[in-house]
Amino acid sequence: MSSFWSAWIIVLTLGLLFVLVWLLRWNMKNYTHIEEGQEMDHEFDGIVEMNNPLPKWWTYLFWACFAWGFIYLALYPGLGNFQGLLGWKSSNQDIQSLEESRQAMQASQDNGMIVEYDRAVRDAEEKYGPIFEAYAQQPIEELAHNEDALDVGQRLFLQNCAQCHGSNAMGGQGFPNLTDNDWLYGGEPHNIKTSILDGRQGNMAAFGEQFSDQQITELANYVASLSGRDRDPDLVEAGKANFAVCSACHGADGTGNQQLGAPNLTDNVWLYGGSINKIEETIKYGRNGVMPAWKDILGEDKIHVISAYVYSLSDDE
Amino acid sequence: MSQTIPQQPNEYNMKVVRQFTVMTIIWGIVGMALGVLIAAQLVWPELNFNTPWLTYSRLRPLHTNAVIFAFGTSALFATSYYVVQKTCKVSLFSDKLAAFTFWGWQAVIVAAVITLPLGLTSTKEYAELEWPIDILIAIVWIAYLIVFFGTLAIRKTSHIYVANWFYGGFIVVIAMLHIVNSLAVPVDFTKSYSMYSGAVDAMVQWWYGHNAVGFLLTAGFLGMMYYFVPKQAERPVYSYRLSVVHFWALISLYIWAGPHHLHYTALPDWTQSVGMVMSVILFVPSWGGMINGIMTLSGAWHKLRTDPILRFLIVSLSFYGMSTFEGPMMAIKSVNALSHYTDWTVGHVHSGALGWVAMITIGSMYYLVPRLFNQKEIHSIKLVNVHFWLHTIGVVFYIVSMWISGVMQGLMWRATNSDGTLTYSFVESVQASYPFWTGRFIGGVFIVVGMLLMAYNCYKTIRAGRRETAAGNVVQTA
Repeated sequence: MSSFWSAWIIVLTLGLLFVLVWLLRWNMKNYTHIEEGQEMDHEFDGIVEMNNPLPKWWTYLFWACFAWGFIYLALYPGLGNFQGLLGWKSSNQDIQSLEESRQAMQASQDNGMIVEYDRAVRDAEEKYGPIFEAYAQQPIEELAHNEDALDVGQRLFLQNCAQCHGSNAMGGQGFPNLTDNDWLYGGEPHNIKTSILDGRQGNMAAFGEQFSDQQITELANYVASLSGRDRDPDLVEAGKANFAVCSACHGADGTGNQQLGAPNLTDNVWLYGGSINKIEETIKYGRNGVMPAWKDILGEDKIHVISAYVYSLSDDE
Repeated sequence: MSQTIPQQPNEYNMKVVRQFTVMTIIWGIVGMALGVLIAAQLVWPELNFNTPWLTYSRLRPLHTNAVIFAFGTSALFATSYYVVQKTCKVSLFSDKLAAFTFWGWQAVIVAAVITLPLGLTSTKEYAELEWPIDILIAIVWIAYLIVFFGTLAIRKTSHIYVANWFYGGFIVVIAMLHIVNSLAVPVDFTKSYSMYSGAVDAMVQWWYGHNAVGFLLTAGFLGMMYYFVPKQAERPVYSYRLSVVHFWALISLYIWAGPHHLHYTALPDWTQSVGMVMSVILFVPSWGGMINGIMTLSGAWHKLRTDPILRFLIVSLSFYGMSTFEGPMMAIKSVNALSHYTDWTVGHVHSGALGWVAMITIGSMYYLVPRLFNQKEIHSIKLVNVHFWLHTIGVVFYIVSMWISGVMQGLMWRATNSDGTLTYSFVESVQASYPFWTGRFIGGVFIVVGMLLMAYNCYKTIRAGRRETAAGNVVQTA
């Protein structure tokens, strides 16, 4: 902030505290013309006020709080641009990117600032890093049978993944079920790990412009019939005629394509709902599913453990 | 218990006081019953009956608006109009403007009762009402300011009594807070966006939010305390000079305290520190008010044994002292790191709202109602006593439940395993909170039952007064 606003804050803050110190001192003396312990010379609707002195213990409490306040403002940032004698701050401010964050972390370490957040992160890395490094040495298939690793993985899952995929990992509309051994991007350990590390973008184009509502209803019925569901044969037959457009991603037989994350339409597992209504909605408006990339948030070692946990959920052996 | 019949000159405007007094009791029941309903919804979510306007998200702001602005503020209107007339020995500055404040304020509340369940909200906590209602609030409030300060200006006493300092301070600051925080860009009649953005918006919001507590729920009710405690106790106020220090220190420190709602957020460090320092020092002048109230009873402690109205007033001061110790402590960053976002905050607010604000109001209403409606005393002093115990037990149930669940939630959220992962997921802390949410619900039921008893008691008093007036037995003209 500019030095004007810094001075403004300092003057107002210290000014108020000094005025209050004066106020307390002034009222500790008997400036009225009434003897202490006597009634004041005004009365309101029968109410009179005594001129009793301030309770001693209360004035001590006041002085103690003032003293503490001044000491705190000397040690910590508070008075405008003054950083405080301890060189403490809660976190690096005005950070726009991960790169800037790393630079700021280094810079404050070099000039001896105490950045509370950075310190907490560093301490945690030193203390817990080795545990995860050890896990990361083992292949995911092996970790998936290590009870301790799975406990850790489950806890990480509950804190970071459960918001979308649910505490039981069974997902919800738009969020894949991770326990059913049905995989959009492949269920091998390395597929799972890649999904978590780099994230995924699952885009289904909207066909509301290209097809009429009737055609979309026909397509929806055909798609439903692919999972062996009993639909009106006329609608199914009519829908099949337009399925060529869909087969570009979902394949001619509708079994999907894991390279693209295009769902298998023949297994009666529905990411966005399997009612005719929902399927129509998907075709008409398209879908846009996003799995965020966790590499920079959790780091590769923790993701390795989470991958093992997720892998174990549908691992039947 | 004997009470002398007050001699009220004919020219006092007691009509507006009576109107606000009756609405205080009615809105109190509505607001607190809503609180009990949403407390029940947290334990039994099906109680929203799958109806959008009955969901927690829409009724919670209605509950807070109803208790703060309908119940609490009606009580402040009623008592400030009463006290300013009695202590200035003069009638209200303008009867027409006073009547406008009554009907205008009721219109604001009715508008809140309609728009909040419809989901129309500015999303600012305790300032949820949309811009057309905000404008009405500002107009009514300025009318209130003119009536109150106009009355002070034409007073027939040489000094201004301390109760009026607090009422006056509260009225001025609430006008400022409301207008600055509600500045917004309207999109259409029912939707607007705040003038401010990001951390500035958050800071303005909590500058408003905390001072709604500091001025409306503290300074205003201290004004109430300074009149009704010495009146009911029939004792002089303990210390004039203490009231001077604690008044000026309280109002000048409170206005800085807002940042403690935003510890460890994007708010700059310096703002957090200054807010925390001022909040902690604020503890001392806050206790100044409690000391002055409780010490006013010196030499008359025995009255507590026989007078449940006085008991309401004095116990409210104990809750005031407790929550103004708790508040500064929670404003300390390292305590806040545990308490923030937990039920502890909710408990703290309610020890202030139910313990301090509601109890001082209830005591003052029991004092006022017979005097406003030509009766010597309240219909049944026994029922007042029952109300006192129901309310006290209810508040203790509520606060203790929230303390336990709050500290438990804070500890669960920060607990880590030897591998650095969190021990509990969020949903586990929700599950662990259920017994305490049930406890809170039970406490709330006690409180609402007490309020219903109060309504019955006041109704009987008012009816008896009306009947006597009709029969020509006018004790006095009010």
